Amino acid sequence: MRLANICHLGVKELRSLVRDPIMLVLIVYAFTVSVYTAATAMPETLNKAPIAVVNEDRSPLSWRIVSAFYPPYFVLPEVIEQAEMDARMDAGLDTFALDIPPNFQRDLLAGQRPTVQLNVDATRMSQAFTGSGYIQTIVTDEVRAFAQRYREVPELPVDLALRMRFNPQLNKSWFGAIMQVINNVTMLSIVLTGAALIREREHGTVEHLLVMPVTPFEIMSSKVWAMALVVLAATAFALTAVVQGWLSVPIEGSLALFLVGTALHLFATTSMGIFLGTVARSMPQFALLLMLVLLPLQMLSGGSTPRESMPEAVQYIMLAAPNTHFVMLAQAILYRSAGLATVWPQFLAIAVIGSTLFALALTRFRRTLSTMA
Amino acid sequence: MSREVHAQIEDGGGAAAPVARLRNVSLYYGRARALDEVTIDIPANCMAGLIGPDGVGKSSLLALVAGARAVQTGLVEVLGGDMADARHRRGVGPRIAYMPQGLGRNLYPTLTVFENLDFFGRLFGHDGGERARRIEALTWATGLKPFLDRAAGKLSGGMKQKLGLCCALIHDPDLLILDEPTTGVDPLSRRQFWELIAGIRRSRPGMSVLVATAYMEEAARFDWLAAMDNGRVLASDTPEGLLHSTGAESLEAAFIRLLPEDKRRDYRAVEIPPRPEDDGDTAIEARDLTMRFGEFTAVDHVNLRVPRGEIFGFLGSNGCGKTTTMKMLTGLLPPSEGRAWLFGQEVDPHDLATRRRVGYMSQSFSLYTELTVRQNLELHARLFHVPAAEVSGRVDEMVERFDLAAVSDSLPGRLPLGHRQRLSLAVAMIHKPEMLILDEPTSGVDPVARDAFWRRLVELSRRDGVTIFISTHFMNEAERCDRISLMHAGRVLVTDTPANIVQQRGAETLEEAFVAHLEEASGEGEGGEEQTASLDTVNASAGHGEPQGWRRMFDPRRMISHARREGLELRRDPIRLTLALLGSVILMFVMGYGISLDVEDLTFAVLDRDQTTVSRDYTLNLSGSRYFVERPPITDYADLDRRMREGDISLAIEIPPGFARDIARGRRVETGAWIDGAMPTRGETVRGYVQGIHAHWLATKAREAGYGEALAGLVNIETRFRYNPDVKSLVAMVPAVIPLLLMLIPAMLAALSVVREKELGSITNFYVTPTTRLEFLLGKQFPYVVLSFLSFLLLTLLAVTVFGVPLKGSFLTLAVGALLYIGAATAVGLLISTFMRSQIAAIFGTAVLTILPAANFSGMIDPVSSLEGMGRLIGEVYPTTHFLTIARGTFSKALNFSDLHGAFLPLALAVPVLIGLSAALLKKQER
Repeated sequence: MRLANICHLGVKELRSLVRDPIMLVLIVYAFTVSVYTAATAMPETLNKAPIAVVNEDRSPLSWRIVSAFYPPYFVLPEVIEQAEMDARMDAGLDTFALDIPPNFQRDLLAGQRPTVQLNVDATRMSQAFTGSGYIQTIVTDEVRAFAQRYREVPELPVDLALRMRFNPQLNKSWFGAIMQVINNVTMLSIVLTGAALIREREHGTVEHLLVMPVTPFEIMSSKVWAMALVVLAATAFALTAVVQGWLSVPIEGSLALFLVGTALHLFATTSMGIFLGTVARSMPQFALLLMLVLLPLQMLSGGSTPRESMPEAVQYIMLAAPNTHFVMLAQAILYRSAGLATVWPQFLAIAVIGSTLFALALTRFRRTLSTMA
Repeated sequence: MSREVHAQIEDGGGAAAPVARLRNVSLYYGRARALDEVTIDIPANCMAGLIGPDGVGKSSLLALVAGARAVQTGLVEVLGGDMADARHRRGVGPRIAYMPQGLGRNLYPTLTVFENLDFFGRLFGHDGGERARRIEALTWATGLKPFLDRAAGKLSGGMKQKLGLCCALIHDPDLLILDEPTTGVDPLSRRQFWELIAGIRRSRPGMSVLVATAYMEEAARFDWLAAMDNGRVLASDTPEGLLHSTGAESLEAAFIRLLPEDKRRDYRAVEIPPRPEDDGDTAIEARDLTMRFGEFTAVDHVNLRVPRGEIFGFLGSNGCGKTTTMKMLTGLLPPSEGRAWLFGQEVDPHDLATRRRVGYMSQSFSLYTELTVRQNLELHARLFHVPAAEVSGRVDEMVERFDLAAVSDSLPGRLPLGHRQRLSLAVAMIHKPEMLILDEPTSGVDPVARDAFWRRLVELSRRDGVTIFISTHFMNEAERCDRISLMHAGRVLVTDTPANIVQQRGAETLEEAFVAHLEEASGEGEGGEEQTASLDTVNASAGHGEPQGWRRMFDPRRMISHARREGLELRRDPIRLTLALLGSVILMFVMGYGISLDVEDLTFAVLDRDQTTVSRDYTLNLSGSRYFVERPPITDYADLDRRMREGDISLAIEIPPGFARDIARGRRVETGAWIDGAMPTRGETVRGYVQGIHAHWLATKAREAGYGEALAGLVNIETRFRYNPDVKSLVAMVPAVIPLLLMLIPAMLAALSVVREKELGSITNFYVTPTTRLEFLLGKQFPYVVLSFLSFLLLTLLAVTVFGVPLKGSFLTLAVGALLYIGAATAVGLLISTFMRSQIAAIFGTAVLTILPAANFSGMIDPVSSLEGMGRLIGEVYPTTHFLTIARGTFSKALNFSDLHGAFLPLALAVPVLIGLSAALLKKQER
């Protein structure tokens, strides 16, 4: 093994990348605009939830309820007729439809506990639950405030003081921005190494490397370091310029520690890229393989939905993926400002996974090299 | 100059109008000038040739005449019309056949010989019988008939060239343009190749042939020649005329005399001093070297011994095993049998020290096209451990020796073949190896450069004692070798000095001896007469050019032939098929079960400062619910802080001291809850749960205290969860996963289709055939739409059976929506494909431009109406949004077309818009 070889070959990889301007534009896009769009598009927990009200009562109280729904949680409610309700929900225009019955106010003041019907489109999981909770609270509060003007309503002596830690407003863009960066880190590192390997094979340059005094280890290491460096630089830029600057997301923890973690993660994903590059025989095959690997990595790593809610088997299997640990350490370092003392298990896990992947990829790379020539 | 050319043609008996007229044609690649005010008439009905050194603009001129490259300045008239005029190009397209430079560049490597020919036949509208007859005749004449079922990629170089020619000839062109068609082709095949063309010309005297060639002995047989240099035409005349006007004996000499003074100055004939006495030191030795690929024996017990310092030539027909033998000698291929030694050391692929002593140049260009010429040289110098201080000197030396100074900062991919070959050679020699193994190093290199190269080889051999093992198809080069081996069908026929071989066969030239050996070995003595006779009959029976009634702008038949070919390539790749179908299924399982919005088993811990039955009751209320799992109690604030940071707990509850006492006294108390907000969705859910459980506890307590009635609420809110009454993630997710997958996979499938042809070269077929952009794009799209629709059926079946999500609405509505949607998804892929220049960029671009919008902006998790900013805008127009409405509508809401027609319109619009954009971006000519 010669470090000089690894270095020269790596520089060659970097030069190749610079020759593809569209690729460079895409990389810049992925780490700036794409992150920004993903972060800002994500609604706050409940944002502009479409709601319609069938106001059959048309009393001061029912109007009071209608006017209690306003942005940003809800869109200003459409007041509709009962007959329209089903069609509108079918077409997906409303997630919620509140039906206030005739004589609602009269019955309430008479203490008859009238019933309000709330229809929820339960295929919209993210809004259905939280939204119906909000609506119940809003209706109850309005009714209580209205009733209090007419009679005594007893109150309970125990309050619950809720405090959100690390993200007091539960601002989704904080989360979305970092997760988008993480997703792009994984995607780019796999594409760059795997596709670069296949490109060499399709252009016959692998054969050329084989007659030179370089070992497969050197060839592979050079690809790993060069591409990892590119992605690492892009990540550092995205975090400082886009996440902290453009999006003004406060990052509490140590950026340096996170970048060290990213470097480790890149070691694992670039190795994975090489591995996929040896499995696929052509670029079209690689493209499909990429989707097949990338989506589960993104969806199941805990970056899009909480790990707790996945089936247990999936949770265990996903412990073998570097992404799972990377997402954990990213959340710990960046939001909860955890130090190495806290996140060392994740560092260790990624290092072990990365080394295994590297060894696997190297074995396959050695074995398939002769068939590439 | 131009007046001279005119005069010559008129004198030369060119009665017919010229087939191509060029007036003041210039062409630039960036700032580099390829053609400089060229004005020339190329005579019709004859064999016209372009000769000249590498990189003087021959290929550019041919590409302009063929219409493959766009005219920049000047006038190019071919077959009586202006090639800058798209309508004229479409009209004459079927009358021109163009075979680009490079081995098999316009072929489809995974398709068989037959399928390649069949594709071109269909493109020009021949019916089944006609195609069969033509393919039969052409393959019989070229000797390709036994290999009809072999994949084009597995043919040897010469066979690829023959197939390329067959593909060009299948539609009876009036103008046949061949760019160095016999480069890298063995003498026997080359002879057959020209006989074939002669035969075709006999039967179709009206056909004009325009050829660029590096072989002067071939050029000597042409009717008309134009010598080019530096983007200009030096002279044009009949070969005899050129010989006469330059007073040279051979065309090669005539050509050199035509060169400007500064280029001629360095030229000297190659002289080979005798070799010093053999010192008995063996450089290469092979014993019974054998290579089998399956049943096929490529190399059959080859024995060789090459002493140090010898120039050893390796000759043989294409595909006879020369390259395989060389690869075994370099250690690239482990032999099936036998052994080989280099410098007395057995060949070992892991022996890096021996690699350093050998320089190898492979047949196909295999350097980095992304690095400049200089960067390539530097990289290789460093990898071969040339001392750092010497690198730049060594590179300069190579640049000078191989005359690469003018192009040292260019990218090799843009250079003509000859320059690329020189670069490969320079790279092979940069570390001053003791042995050179060169696989057809001079193919495509012009005569002057070839001689310069040979002078260098001779010097290396005689002065430095470098052993040279070289394969070649040039007989004059073979004659310069100390000894040569003739190889055929994996066996060495004879090894001796060139003179002895000629003598033994009683032949006049080495070429004759060579051909005689080959014909004897293959047991065939067939002449060209018989073959071309059969061709005559075919051509006589054939109609010509474009069939009647074919529409020029859009013809479904041409589209179908593109679709057939794309489909065949897809079928040849079972791994891709399986990945596309099985991949969708796997992903559906992953996402159906993996993406769950039901948040359960959240961890929490309590900091209980009260430690009474009431406080414990409060805790129990939480731990008793199915949403929460309790962890060991928190000891103090530091502990709370640490455990939240570690992510050990998502919720911490603090119960203040005196909690029970204060409640009993009716004093206000406050419990605290800290929620981990690092993951907002989860934080939100936790908040909802805690509030709910807290309220429930209060209500229970209140009832116990006796004022439950009042607390029961003033109003009753009855919540109906519609479409998904159990609020299960699976029911909500599965219909949403189908649109997501039907975007990602089809887009990825289509995304490589066009850019791959661009990268590998077969896009030229699109440039020069009458195929229109729409035919090309729609043809390519079709197979992927079919495959993706299959995938849709499979996913729907799985959703209903395995996942148990009932399809309540109209299946027909869903299927029609899916078809439109798949059309849009593949069109997205095509659009990316026409825009991108490299496959890597296309893959990355597709991933970036599909995953995020489809997964996050299309309403899968959050409805589009709730999104903000750019994401909202993307979501509104993105096709996934609309198909998601259709999928959820039909699956969960029992809807049919009349309810959902609003979602169909955007999809129906998306397909033509996307395809139209792709067509606008797709270039019909290279620029």
